[in-house]
Amino acid sequence: MGTCPKQTGAGLTSSTLLLLLVAITVTGFFLGRRRAVALAGAGGGIRSLHSLPGHYGLFAAIWAGIPAVLMIFLWQSLESSVVTDLVIRDLPAEIRSLPDARVGLFMNDVKNLVAGNIISDELTPEIRQAADHLERLTLLSGWARTILAAALAGLGLVLAWRLIRPELRARNRVESVVKGFLIACSTIAIFTTVGIVFSVLFESARFFKSVPITEFLFGLEWSPQIAIRADQVGSSGAFGAVPLFAGTMLIALIAMLVAAPIGLMTAVYLAEYAPRQFRSVAKPLLEILAGIPTVVYGFFAALVVAPEIRGLGESLGLSVASESALAAGLVMGIMIIPFVSSLSDDVINAVPQAMRDGALALGATKSETVKQVVFPAALPGIVGGLLLAVSRAIGETMIVVMAAGLAANLTANPLEAVTTVTVQIVTLLVGDQEFDSPKTLAAFALGLILFVFTLALNAIALRVVKKYREQYE
Amino acid sequence: MEANPMTQDIRPEITPEPPAPREAASAAMSEARSAEVPDTTFGVIEHPDPIINCRDVNVFYGDKQAVFDVNLDIGRHQVISMIGPSGCGKSTFLRCLNRMNDTIDIARVTGTIELDGQNIYDPKIDVVPLRARVGMVFQKPNPFPKSIYDNVAYGPRIHGLAKDKVELDEIVRTSLERAGLLGEVKDRLDQPGTGLSGGQQQRLCIARAIAVSPDVILMDEPCSALDPIATAKIEDLIDELRENYTICIVTHSMQQAARVSQRTAYFHLGYLVEVGETDKIFTNPTHKLTEDYITGRFG
Repeated sequence: MGTCPKQTGAGLTSSTLLLLLVAITVTGFFLGRRRAVALAGAGGGIRSLHSLPGHYGLFAAIWAGIPAVLMIFLWQSLESSVVTDLVIRDLPAEIRSLPDARVGLFMNDVKNLVAGNIISDELTPEIRQAADHLERLTLLSGWARTILAAALAGLGLVLAWRLIRPELRARNRVESVVKGFLIACSTIAIFTTVGIVFSVLFESARFFKSVPITEFLFGLEWSPQIAIRADQVGSSGAFGAVPLFAGTMLIALIAMLVAAPIGLMTAVYLAEYAPRQFRSVAKPLLEILAGIPTVVYGFFAALVVAPEIRGLGESLGLSVASESALAAGLVMGIMIIPFVSSLSDDVINAVPQAMRDGALALGATKSETVKQVVFPAALPGIVGGLLLAVSRAIGETMIVVMAAGLAANLTANPLEAVTTVTVQIVTLLVGDQEFDSPKTLAAFALGLILFVFTLALNAIALRVVKKYREQYE
Repeated sequence: MEANPMTQDIRPEITPEPPAPREAASAAMSEARSAEVPDTTFGVIEHPDPIINCRDVNVFYGDKQAVFDVNLDIGRHQVISMIGPSGCGKSTFLRCLNRMNDTIDIARVTGTIELDGQNIYDPKIDVVPLRARVGMVFQKPNPFPKSIYDNVAYGPRIHGLAKDKVELDEIVRTSLERAGLLGEVKDRLDQPGTGLSGGQQQRLCIARAIAVSPDVILMDEPCSALDPIATAKIEDLIDELRENYTICIVTHSMQQAARVSQRTAYFHLGYLVEVGETDKIFTNPTHKLTEDYITGRFG
């Protein structure tokens, strides 16, 4: 988190430099193309070239642009630390012998001075001197970067110019660069995921140093309070996550009890019985349900459904908490209906018409065909879709935050308030807290559990769906 | 209705191919041997002991007409084959015989098709018992993703043909035996039907169809997805099944039609051009189109 020194006149600014490089690259394209055409004109026309003239142009543009851009990125990422190191090396010995943290503070002051900000300490000659040094180095670095980049671009252009011959396989070279670029893009997403997994993993490991993993996984009490002073009431927090798992499962179960039958019946109707016009209207409408933001479902659950259920419960003589698992689960179920129905509809449609014909030709009625042939044939795919819906329900946050409450009750009663893993992650990280207290780190541990669980569900679901696909192909 | 060859009225809207050059044809023959679709079917459409009588059958898919005025009797305990180039309406016509075209929204059938004197397109008729009487075997084997036993038992179960497990076992056993499959599968009746080879699957589908003891079995190119050995087995089977069932088979193989059927109907562009004893059709066809087709001049 380096405070970057202000670049007052240090060479060209990054954006100007990039513009310059773009200009050189575009020039490179036209030069390369013209060179190829000229070479071809000398010996037998365009067809004597291995590739199209445009490929030679791109070849030259790549040579002009890519090395320079790579160099700039490298420079940018190293500049700050290299310059700081150089300044530190030239500090007076008594400052260098201070502990690292103090040196860091000193350097921060130096950087602030250069940037024209207020510094924390009084302005000593050492700071002034170091600041001058830093400013000089930064200026130098800026110019060096500009000149180096321009030189690299020019050199690349000259090299490409000399490489271009009719027999040069420009197309193959260009295509391999494009392929490399595609690979780089696709790895970004993968590396981001891997990065997230590792950060969650390491933070969880820190959490498990202060709270044993067995206590976390099997403890029955959840009250993630860490006292600031040792003599405070309730100074020891309890990190047993079982009530959270139970609450999550309870709400997901209620949601699936709503979504699975309604979604499946919808899918069967849409896929097997509905006239085409009805289907073409109903399916997009259902998918709009999936497009409603979950926060809207959330306040619908909290402000409409929960009081409704409470009133209903009271009229039956039941005591219902104002925030109940039932309200959250019901609304979450509504939310994932389109998910279930859309996936199941696809799966049912994928059952070959030959299956239906086979049953109908034996004199089966439409409903016998659906029940005994189409549905069993689609079942593996439907199960896969349901598992995906479960993982969606487990990961859902907004509805439960608003409608299920925060109390970590270990209960199977849907009329009581429960809390879920996702809700606790939210409450642990909302507000001010230290980033190394078990309270905060617990969020990472919960996130890890959630991640492992949904990953496993998705993996099973995808396998099931794939196996089903193979059956008919 | 007399099936006189009369071709003076040439349909203006259908001019499929330019008439093929004729080598040696007498002046008298030349009219009868026109390469246009005839107004009335050539040959003998009647049969002394018919199980199905089709009269003026037209089939439309939306605005497009696929089958035109077909008149045909199908004889009891006989094999009748329907041949013709692709898109000639033979499969469409076959699917009319057990109202499988009902499953296609835009399909519409006019005319009468009588099964033992009862019009199957009568609004009072329920398709479920009809299809139990007129079974069907499809081009691609389509066993259900169930066990071999359950595949065959499916029909008897939905129609309640067996009082108990013993009777059901017996039906399954005899059906598989008649389909010539029992020997190959009797030790693995609980295995999935989809695990069998293509030819075995098709015989399983035949066993499934005969398990409900239909009167008529419709076969829509039952061997087109099979190799010659499996095809030979199915053909032998068809020949044996003729004793107890009436079989209508659509095929692209003229050799197959010649081998398995007693009567042959030749379709062209939605018209039934000629029908007659198989021997007659293949040795001495009356109509020019039939001759061109069976001699491989087109198709």
